[in-house]
Amino acid sequence: MPREYERREILIKLMELPCSALILSVCGLPDAEASTETLQEARAESLYGMGIQVDKCIGCGSCVAACKAENDVPEEPFYFRTWVERYVIYDDGRVDVDSPEGGIHGFTPNQEDGADVLRAFFVPKLCNQCDNPPCVQVCPVGATFRTEDGVVLVDSDYCIGCRYCIQACPYGARYLDPRTKTADKCTFCYHRIKQGLLPACVEVCPTQARVFGKLTSRASPLRRMMRMSELQVLKPFLNTEPKVYYSKLDGEVR
Amino acid sequence: MRIWKFPDQVVRLGILLIVAVIAMVVIRDQFVPESFGELGHYRADAIISIENQPIRYAGSIICLECHDEQGEIKSASYHRTLTCEVCHGPATAHAEDYESQLPVVERDSRTACLPCHQYLPSRPTGFPQIIERLHNPPQPCIGCHDPHDPTPPEVPGSCAACHAQIARTKSVSHHVQLSCETCHETLPDHLQSPRSFRAKRPTTREFCGRCHGAVSDTAPTAPQVDIASHGDRYLCWQCHYPHFPEG
Amino acid sequence: MAEHFERLESILGQISGFMYPNEIELHWGLLVVLYPYITGLVAGAFILASLERVFRVKEIEPTYRLSLLTALAFLLVAPLPLLAHLGHPQRSFEIFLTPQFRSAMAMFGFVYAWYLTVVLLLEIWFEYRADLVRWSDSERGLKKILHWVLSLGSRDLSPEAVAFDQKAVYTITVIGIPSAFLLHGYVGFIFGSVKANPWWSSVLMPIVFLFSAIVSGISLILILYYVTTMIRRKPLDMACLDKLSEFLLYALIIDLSLELLDFIHRLYESEESIKILSELIFSKLFISLTIVQILLGTIGPLVLLAVARFSQLPAELKRVTYFIAALLVQVGIFSTRWNVVIGGQLFSKSLRGLTVYKLELGGMEGLFTSIGLLVLPFLILFVLIKLLPPWEEARAEKPLVE
Repeated sequence: MPREYERREILIKLMELPCSALILSVCGLPDAEASTETLQEARAESLYGMGIQVDKCIGCGSCVAACKAENDVPEEPFYFRTWVERYVIYDDGRVDVDSPEGGIHGFTPNQEDGADVLRAFFVPKLCNQCDNPPCVQVCPVGATFRTEDGVVLVDSDYCIGCRYCIQACPYGARYLDPRTKTADKCTFCYHRIKQGLLPACVEVCPTQARVFGKLTSRASPLRRMMRMSELQVLKPFLNTEPKVYYSKLDGEVR
Repeated sequence: MRIWKFPDQVVRLGILLIVAVIAMVVIRDQFVPESFGELGHYRADAIISIENQPIRYAGSIICLECHDEQGEIKSASYHRTLTCEVCHGPATAHAEDYESQLPVVERDSRTACLPCHQYLPSRPTGFPQIIERLHNPPQPCIGCHDPHDPTPPEVPGSCAACHAQIARTKSVSHHVQLSCETCHETLPDHLQSPRSFRAKRPTTREFCGRCHGAVSDTAPTAPQVDIASHGDRYLCWQCHYPHFPEG
Repeated sequence: MAEHFERLESILGQISGFMYPNEIELHWGLLVVLYPYITGLVAGAFILASLERVFRVKEIEPTYRLSLLTALAFLLVAPLPLLAHLGHPQRSFEIFLTPQFRSAMAMFGFVYAWYLTVVLLLEIWFEYRADLVRWSDSERGLKKILHWVLSLGSRDLSPEAVAFDQKAVYTITVIGIPSAFLLHGYVGFIFGSVKANPWWSSVLMPIVFLFSAIVSGISLILILYYVTTMIRRKPLDMACLDKLSEFLLYALIIDLSLELLDFIHRLYESEESIKILSELIFSKLFISLTIVQILLGTIGPLVLLAVARFSQLPAELKRVTYFIAALLVQVGIFSTRWNVVIGGQLFSKSLRGLTVYKLELGGMEGLFTSIGLLVLPFLILFVLIKLLPPWEEARAEKPLVE
């Protein structure tokens, strides 16, 4: 059997994919980021973060309601950009966690008195705007991304609705908007913070349990909180580098 | 046909491949959105459309431009840390068209204040809470409490007004005989700014020893221990919960 | 949409423990279960074909072309459940335009395209080329035109050309084996790389997927060979069936070992998630996992195959046992996919609660759509068999040069 055919055949097969890749890259796969210098400038300007002081949260749910009003989130109790969880830890070690409709109407007593309660508290939750976001990593088309100022956003005109990002988020922060059929989540009220306003949830919090600010700025309520409190983040072992910092977070919180 | 000694099959397939690659390149060029890749692997235009979302919460500063009276009252009251919009709802629409877009104003409600003030064990201790069905039914909240200055009509007679859970716990223990002031020296400023002027707490064993170290007139039946040695190196409250020492 | 909310409301009532509020809606349903099932069949059927071509297992030669056509029929259907599941299927081409290369799912476009064109279509073309030329020469009408088009106008039937075809098939099959691993392995990686989900996140996931794919592919070909031969009223090649069942048995043993390894490893390490996962297995997944996947789908067929293959039973009884075992395997592998995909979403990422999956009957994510999508490959296979008959007797007269 002539060997030339065999060699050429293999050669051609081997060259097919790299050739396509070469042509595609010459014609322009999307560039990587902008130049390092401008990136560093942007970063130096603003990197947003949020602080939550768990011992101040009274579980009123104003943040949940304000978020839905500000961001036009569907009213049904299956779609939340932020929500409040109630934890009740009993003397016998039992832990009760609930979040009725995300806490949007506050909470009702689930028992008459706190007689056998060891510890109880509220924990507001939201997208942690991770610096190493697993949701961005898994998006197949680049519809969700992390801006240079540290906010993870969703391009709802580009999202194909595959829901992989929703599966990948360890915090349950994402949902599929039933109207647009695209993924959605907290944006730190990007449209507000870019104008120097506070996110809606921070704006309405009656006890200032939520504080917001630029991690890069020396003077902000967030900065003070970070200086004065021992900070925790949710699920640190997953290395998502969240930017929502909790103080007085109990070990039972997942 | 054969080209350059490539077998006929390979030539035919090769032609097909070249056509496909060209088609792919052309299509790609046409359909990738313009702003894609400018800042990263995403459409940079998306940021613009997100930034242009309408704003619904105006912020207290805007409200105070017209409603400075209420603002001033509120600024010295317990509700000074509340924004206007947490009770009155998003107000940007009202700020832009104040006659037809009216904010929420609850007047006859007994439930509007409950999401914050209904007693829940999970709320931080010291936060003013009431048990709704026991607290002056059927009056609406604002009957006694001006929402912009919700100071109760009578200065709370006891610490139990805010520390009700502790009071209830203490009420079924022997320490019910003790008033809060017995152990917790408290400045009147604590009522104004609770977190800034905290109540004092005992710091030494001898403090408990006043009743539990030697028989005293005020507490003749208090259980006695040798204050110097009882409990190793721990302070009393590290083992005994002072509000319910029996438990 | 009101219907959708009603369904979610009823799910809300059936939650035990605590779920994050956004977890109430289960996101990947029956359609996403179908995709790994179908690509598994593709990969498995191709691996079987490669056993014949590359590892020269001559006994299963009667199934070679059938395996290729089956793989093609199922591969053509494979993207359909995904498209149906997307929120915006009309934007699905974005995966080709701007793939985000760190995402395993972005690989779908390329792996699929590579496998479909460079492996399957190319291999089928080279395998059938000589026959296509001869068929188009001797036929008339539509078939003649179709076969001429498919042959890409090729006319060369010289021994060198035919030998080249054979060499090409061999080479493509060799490339095809890792490609098949990639085609199905990346699906395993899609699940296995999700660190947020302790049921999915595992190094073993791509391997387990792959071996269950091989198992399902071999059993599918066994079933198809059996059924098509019966329909054509031809004698069943017992040596072929024996060999198929042997490979199926070995693959089942490896598959079971991998599953057991995963199970034992989880129990031994006893990480935080073990409590909720145990609850999951013993409540929500008890029937689909313990009964259907393990007992009916793995151990049952394993015993049946071992007994039938290595015993002295009469041939008629043997082949019926093989057939039943193969059917059970199909059910078991489907259940495996179900347990992975649905099972992984039945518990909360807070590790504090369990929810339910409500399967609809109608609608895009409904049972009927999925049944339709499972029937479709067989219809396509029927067309392919008509177009490119894989049977021995359909080959054109002149024998192929080896």
